[in-house]
Amino acid sequence: MRYLPKSDAERAAMLREIGASSIDDLFAVIPEEYRLARDLDIPRQMGESEIVEWFRSAAAKYTVRHTSFLGAGVYRHYRPCIIDSLVQRGEFLTSYTPYQAEITQGTLQAIFEFQTMIAELTGMDVANASMYDGSTGAAEAVMMAVRVTGRDGVLVARTVHPEYREVMHTYAQHREAETGDVMREVGYDPDSGRIDLAALEAAVTDQTACVLVQSPNFFGIIEDIPAIADIAHKKGALLVVSIAEAISLGIVRPPVEADIVSMEAQSFGVALCYGGPYCGVIAAKEKYVRQMPGRLVGQTTDRNGYRGFVLTLSTREQHIRREKATSNICTNQALVALMATIFLTVYGKEGIRELAEHNLAKSAYTAQVLAAGPGARLRFTGAPRFHEFVLHTDEDPAAWHHRLHEEKIVGGLELNRWYPELDHATLWCTTEIVPREKIDIAAKQLAAVSVEA
Amino acid sequence: MSNVLTPEASGTAPAGDTRTLGKVRPHQTQNEALVFEKSSPGKKAYRLAQLDVPAVDPGALLGDAVRREPGELPELSEIEIIRHFTRLSTWNYAIDLGMYPLGSCTMKYNPRVNELVARIEGLAEAHPYRPDFLAQGQLDVVDLLQKCLIEITGMDAITMQPAAGAHGEFTGILLTRAWHQSQGDPRRTVIIPDSAHGTNPATAAICGYSVENLKSNAEGGIDLEALARQVNDQTAALMLTNPSTIGVFESQIHKIAEILHANGALLYMDGANMNALCGKTRPGDFGVDVMHLNLHKTFSTPHGGGGPGCGPVACKAFLEPFLPIPVLVKDENGDKHWNYDRPQSVGRVRAFFGNFGMFVRALAYILANGPDGLRQTTEDAVLNANYIRKKLEDVYDLPYNTPSMHEVVFSDRRQLKNGVRTGDIAKRLIDYGFHPYTVSFPLIVHGALMIEPTESESREELDLFVAAMRQIAREVEENPQLVLDAPHSTRVSRLDETTAARKPILRYRKPA
Repeated sequence: MRYLPKSDAERAAMLREIGASSIDDLFAVIPEEYRLARDLDIPRQMGESEIVEWFRSAAAKYTVRHTSFLGAGVYRHYRPCIIDSLVQRGEFLTSYTPYQAEITQGTLQAIFEFQTMIAELTGMDVANASMYDGSTGAAEAVMMAVRVTGRDGVLVARTVHPEYREVMHTYAQHREAETGDVMREVGYDPDSGRIDLAALEAAVTDQTACVLVQSPNFFGIIEDIPAIADIAHKKGALLVVSIAEAISLGIVRPPVEADIVSMEAQSFGVALCYGGPYCGVIAAKEKYVRQMPGRLVGQTTDRNGYRGFVLTLSTREQHIRREKATSNICTNQALVALMATIFLTVYGKEGIRELAEHNLAKSAYTAQVLAAGPGARLRFTGAPRFHEFVLHTDEDPAAWHHRLHEEKIVGGLELNRWYPELDHATLWCTTEIVPREKIDIAAKQLAAVSVEA
Repeated sequence: MSNVLTPEASGTAPAGDTRTLGKVRPHQTQNEALVFEKSSPGKKAYRLAQLDVPAVDPGALLGDAVRREPGELPELSEIEIIRHFTRLSTWNYAIDLGMYPLGSCTMKYNPRVNELVARIEGLAEAHPYRPDFLAQGQLDVVDLLQKCLIEITGMDAITMQPAAGAHGEFTGILLTRAWHQSQGDPRRTVIIPDSAHGTNPATAAICGYSVENLKSNAEGGIDLEALARQVNDQTAALMLTNPSTIGVFESQIHKIAEILHANGALLYMDGANMNALCGKTRPGDFGVDVMHLNLHKTFSTPHGGGGPGCGPVACKAFLEPFLPIPVLVKDENGDKHWNYDRPQSVGRVRAFFGNFGMFVRALAYILANGPDGLRQTTEDAVLNANYIRKKLEDVYDLPYNTPSMHEVVFSDRRQLKNGVRTGDIAKRLIDYGFHPYTVSFPLIVHGALMIEPTESESREELDLFVAAMRQIAREVEENPQLVLDAPHSTRVSRLDETTAARKPILRYRKPA
């Protein structure tokens, strides 16, 4: 086996030195009836060229160069090529959680830079080293709010990503088992597509731990964060803002009124990869830092006075606190956080704004040309949006999806799987890399509705 | 014995050289400021494609929601960014540089073909909401990997959704909870041995269970009588790591399972140490009901400085209806789909389908090994741990004399006489060119040195490690201060963790 650095002669010699007569001696502690006396029934050992061929064939099962208007929490932005060249350096790739600070300063300083960039972008005081993704990050942010307030109730906007809500519901299950329905959803205004503020006001009580909204929300609409914060804070509840499209922060006002921000940083240079790995991160006001989940990197000095970085505040964590920890999280998404850090360094202060503006322009153009077709109109036009929009078509989306597929285009996502009231509504996203030519083809195909439809 | 430490013997140094220590000779690393300190306004490392649609006025489109103050991100050129992160990288130790015997973490070689195939455009650029008919290639990867992992574990069903080991524990315990509830018998407690990873009790608590500690017996294993006394009609499950965190296989595992099952409780296995079992024995055969795997341990996906991981959960058939949605199914034409219609499911534990990029890497590893390679890998991992044990047991205290599997745990009892603790020995090991072992864990061993070499180490590297450990043991006797002040050769010496925690500085702020 080519990954194993030993000859059979060396194995035999080592066994002799140990005093074992054969390798089986070392497994004698496993009761014989449970020892596997056969080969595992898995594919035979392959050569490297066969492995590459297997995956190339799997990848080639559909046309690679489809143009996609899918977004909905996963966004295809251009990934500067230096990201992959840097994260494939073995010193980053094959290192582990920086428990031994003296020989992991590279990872530690990079995470410190990541924490700083996330705090700067979100308008929060501090950010952690990363969470698994945006959905689990949102669930952890809710648990954090419950710890901070000592309250149980959680209000979540229905405009939050449906799969994030499902995950939060899963995490809340055990509390519901004891205290009843602790997580409640608040509907949206049918004109603006924003959370229904009157319904929110009516739902918040002095038992509400937090209000959680997403902005831009699942429909691409930017929520009225100051107004929502007022409603939550009046009753002593925290405001948690979930951000699924991190690029929006280049041009959209950060949710500075929030107490906790839970963000998915996939847009910062992370490949779509059929759903993961991505990069969640939790940011918060400084006073809540000791209730934060996950790793934190802090600055300090060594014995000679040199600046250095360490994992810190670990008394919150499972390896110290065990069942009293703030979370069970151990492994996070360090390498993906590094991708985001490099991405943000490449674009920098000006570039992130320019990039966000391009997205805004592309999406505005797409919305305009798609909605110009017969039987098509935009939904939720009463509030500002970033680079996603909801389109209603009189024609069944299944019909025009078929026409678009012929052109190697994947159109907007049908919303009725999560919002039955939004039949014939599709969610479209245009990022900076979708060429105008493809947008025009999509518009043309959408407009080519047959007379009977 | 220690001649591998002398420069002459290493073949790379002239006689009389004093700069060489084992496999190490100092070299330069470059200083590098924080990226924010290197920034200067107006520098750019990007150039966007020309905008091919009309430009828009963000203020007009967004109104009050427009951002007025940009975030303080750095402004650098491309070459400076390359140098910045390359310089930082040189401050890291890594598997690619040498042995990384961090016990319980299974720091094995991360094959490069894994990285190549994970970046094939058709796999890396697929959107998770792409219709299933356009995702058959992705689903082939999921399907084959699931089949392999089910066979390797001897279980009946699997979910790939959990993002890491602890997330897998959470999922597995939710399955347990859902099953008990479906039996009309919600239970309250989860029993966890005192040797367990901290994630186990944290997980049980997050799932709403109260945690009952189980004291290990004199061999560091499960005390069957104590277990039998403790299990009752409120016990939902035992969370067991096997081999345990001291690297010992629970040879009474079938009796443990019997005690639990007789009381209607389940056996959860923390699969963190599956690298000791793969291809040699199967948890599903020895009575485990549900378990997680760590693809970043056993199946070679890179640790990446702390993630991403991937923590699939395998279970017996009776738990299958409770798996997170969606699950992969095949229709009569052989086409694969995601099925969301699962009324008994515990729900989702993560958006989308899990860390697909890690699935690709783990599958590439399994294909590169085949059944013979996986078995040989396990045998070599166990051989290496036992070799280290044999070569060090006369100088370091072995608290448990039970046979070791893939890792060996010593204690610092002998060195403590000279005021030297496991953490100090670990720091001195850095000077010899090794990443330390896991320090002070498991908690049942006072002053633990937890060493997991993995299969990836050659005999030469093991011998260098052994020589370094023996030399350090001598230094403890002859010059303990040398060890207490270590490391001596790193960019920074020991860092002030107390001040870091007391007055946390968690971000850079521009000087006023």
